[in-house]
Parts: sequence; C-alpha cells; structure tokens
Amino acid sequence: MRFARQSLRIAAKDLRAEMRTKEALNAALAFGVVILVIFSFVLDPGSEAIREMSGGLLWLTFVFAGALILNRAFARELPNDCLDTLLAAPLSGAALFLGKTLASFVLLIIVEGICLPIFGVLYDINWLLQPGLLAAVLLLATWGISVIGTVFSALTVNLRLRELMLPMLVYPIMIPALMAAMRLTTLLVTNEPISNDDWIWFRLLIGFDIIFTSLALGLVEIVLIG
Amino acid sequence: MSAVVLNAVWKYFGDFAAVQDISLALPPASCLALLGRNGAGKTTVLRMLAGLSTPSQGRVEVLGMPSGDVRARARIGILGHGIGVYDELSAAENLRLFAGLYELPDADRAVTRWLERTWLDHVRDSPAREFSRGMRQRLAVARAFLAQPDLLLLDEPFTSLDDRAIALLQSLLAEALAGGTSVVMSTHQVREAMEMATHAALLVRGKLAHFGPRPPEMLNDPGWLYRTYGEA
Repeated sequence: MRFARQSLRIAAKDLRAEMRTKEALNAALAFGVVILVIFSFVLDPGSEAIREMSGGLLWLTFVFAGALILNRAFARELPNDCLDTLLAAPLSGAALFLGKTLASFVLLIIVEGICLPIFGVLYDINWLLQPGLLAAVLLLATWGISVIGTVFSALTVNLRLRELMLPMLVYPIMIPALMAAMRLTTLLVTNEPISNDDWIWFRLLIGFDIIFTSLALGLVEIVLIG
Repeated sequence: MSAVVLNAVWKYFGDFAAVQDISLALPPASCLALLGRNGAGKTTVLRMLAGLSTPSQGRVEVLGMPSGDVRARARIGILGHGIGVYDELSAAENLRLFAGLYELPDADRAVTRWLERTWLDHVRDSPAREFSRGMRQRLAVARAFLAQPDLLLLDEPFTSLDDRAIALLQSLLAEALAGGTSVVMSTHQVREAMEMATHAALLVRGKLAHFGPRPPEMLNDPGWLYRTYGEA
C-alpha cells in the first residue's frame, strides 16, 4: 500500500507540474497534429491505401510525439537538483519509477485521445467501429511505450544530447510492441475481424508490458543510484 | 550507536579517487563540520551518507543502518547544493509532497508549522518560481526539517542566505541539536559553522587530514585547522 501511495504521489506531482506549464503536452500535441496534417497532403483521404496504413501512421505519430513527453519524465527533476532530493527521501526507486511511468502514460493517452479524432477527420476514417478493442490496444501499447521511455529517460537524464539519445535508444526496443499495435489498430479501424492468428499480437502486447514492467521495476534502482 | 560511521571508505570516479580511505564515527547528537577546499571530497562524502552514491570500497552507516536503506532515509533531512524545490508547485504543495513521501501522520499541520517557522506562510499558495532566492532557500530549509529528522546532511547550507536567514538556520540547527538530532555539514563559512560544531573534519584531496572534537582554537581563529593540518 505504501508503495502504491508513494507512486501515486509522484504521478500526481508530475501531472500537476505539467498541467501548470503544459510544456511537454503542448509540444507533443502540436508535433502530433503537424505529422498528421503533413501526411494528409500526400495520402488520399478515404482511400484503400490509407486504410491499410492507418495503424502504422497513427502509431508513428504517437511515438514521435510521445518522445517529447517521455524526455521530460526525469528531465523535469533536473532544475534545483530535485532528483537528489527525491532519491534521498524514503521512497524506493521502483515507486519513483512507477509514479513517473503513470504520469507519462496519462499524458500520452491525452495526446492520443486528441490526435485520434483529428486523424479520423483528416483521413476520413471512422475509428470508432470497435471502440472497446481499440481502447485495449491503445492502453496496452501506451503502457509499454511509457515503461520503456521512462526507463531510458532515467538513463539519459544527465546526457547533454538526451533529446536525441532517447528516441535512438527507445525506438528499437519498442519494435515488438509497435508492430503489434500497428497491426491490431489497422484491423480495428478498418473494421476487419481479428482472426485467431492475429490474437497473438494481443498476447505479445500483454507479454511485452509484463516483462518490461517487471524488468524496469527490478533494475531501476541500479539505473538511478548505480 | 554512532550517528554516522565511515569505515575505510573509498570512492572512485573512473580512475580518480575522490575519497581515499576515510574512517570516522560521529557520536549521536553531535554536529560535524566537514571542511576542505573545493574538490576535497566533502560533497562526495555527504552524497554517500545520503545514499545518493555508493562507496567503491568500505562501509557507510547512518543511524545504525547501511546508507541508502529506506528506513535510514526516513530519518534523514537533506539540504544539498541544489535546493530541491519544484518551481511549478506552491510552497505548501512542495512541503505537502515531501510530508506525504515521509508519511507524516499530521502532514497539513507540519506543513503549516514549517511555513510559519521559515516566514513563508504569507506566500504558501504562491508558486515557488515567484520566490526570491532567499525565500526558495528558506523553503528548502523547511523541507529538510519537515520530518523532524534524526540526522541532517547539509551541503553549504549558509551559501546565498542573507543575515536573517543565516540566523534562522543557526537557531533551527541549535534547536535540533538540543533535541538530539545529529548534523553533518560541509561548509566554507567556517565562522558560522564553528558556533555550533562539536566536531570538525578536514579533507585534503580526498583524504581525511583531521577528525576529532572541534579544537577550541577554531572559535577565535577559524583558519587554525587549515593551517595546522591542511596543505600549505
């Protein structure tokens, strides 16, 4: 219980700070919308091609825009050496990590929740055909992205080129989750049934989340303190 | 039980030995002034005591527990180089966050008490980014004392404080010492530190040149320790 309380305190603190400045949120939203608008110039709205690419396009938008939010997860603690103060407080590195992951997850979901309707309008796609399953894919894949991004945000927090390093490190590791999310999202927004073969992508997403969340919780203390 | 124990502690950064074979034990309810020139290893020692850095060799204990242990951290107050204040949060929110992390039983009362004691109660709901440097420093002092710690680790606590704030910090430290709290502080402001220090340690290039009860000569001559045990 103490672990959960402390994680929620960190998440609430990060969300409160972000909602006051909206630095990362505004940047991520603007970036996401710009990507969607630029691609809409090249792709014919409502065409078969765009339907087949919809999952890939959406998730590329989410991860590019999301990198701006994930970069801030630990960088937010740099001014005034707040990270040291937190690490000296009686909370475990795992609780700190989980709180930051939760905050990043909520911010990413906000960005996705705003980008999805814009995507629907720009590309003439009704993305609400299978809302329950689409929500499940969004939540599972976004959690995976948040976990990986927050771990590497902690690793790169003291690097001068962290804005560049984070995507370079994070994207290759995200590939399995992204492949699953892209495939499933394409099926769901084009209202195709999910075949038995495609359920494996759901299982992959769940497995990815469990494995990387467990690894991160176990190893983050080493990342933070050494 | 000693408040702080360093036993044959070494700390390397790559090949560079920042701390070399330091051993000392500070009795409880004592105040140790950690002295030395820039780069002598004072901050490294404080970071190891706070559990923010692990020793390369040797053993570091605080309050009878290995440094970094969550139970030990619950009993330590820290005031580092950076003030550890969130600019986007108000003074009260800053303190309430740490009151929550330290799981204080009556958090709101503790927050109000420390805002009053550090003369910040009139700006309790203002964001810290609007504060002057002195006010932010006082907020950091309030945060360090908030959980009534048994050990205070202070890195250059008097730097950038005005006279009034120095007097406030000295009175808070004297009160804490009288209540049984131990203090380890690194400082260049030897005169202020000597007024409350019971022990003094001098670090020279990562080595402990002297450790013991504060020499009486230092009250009138703060440079005495440097001249006697330091480098020429």
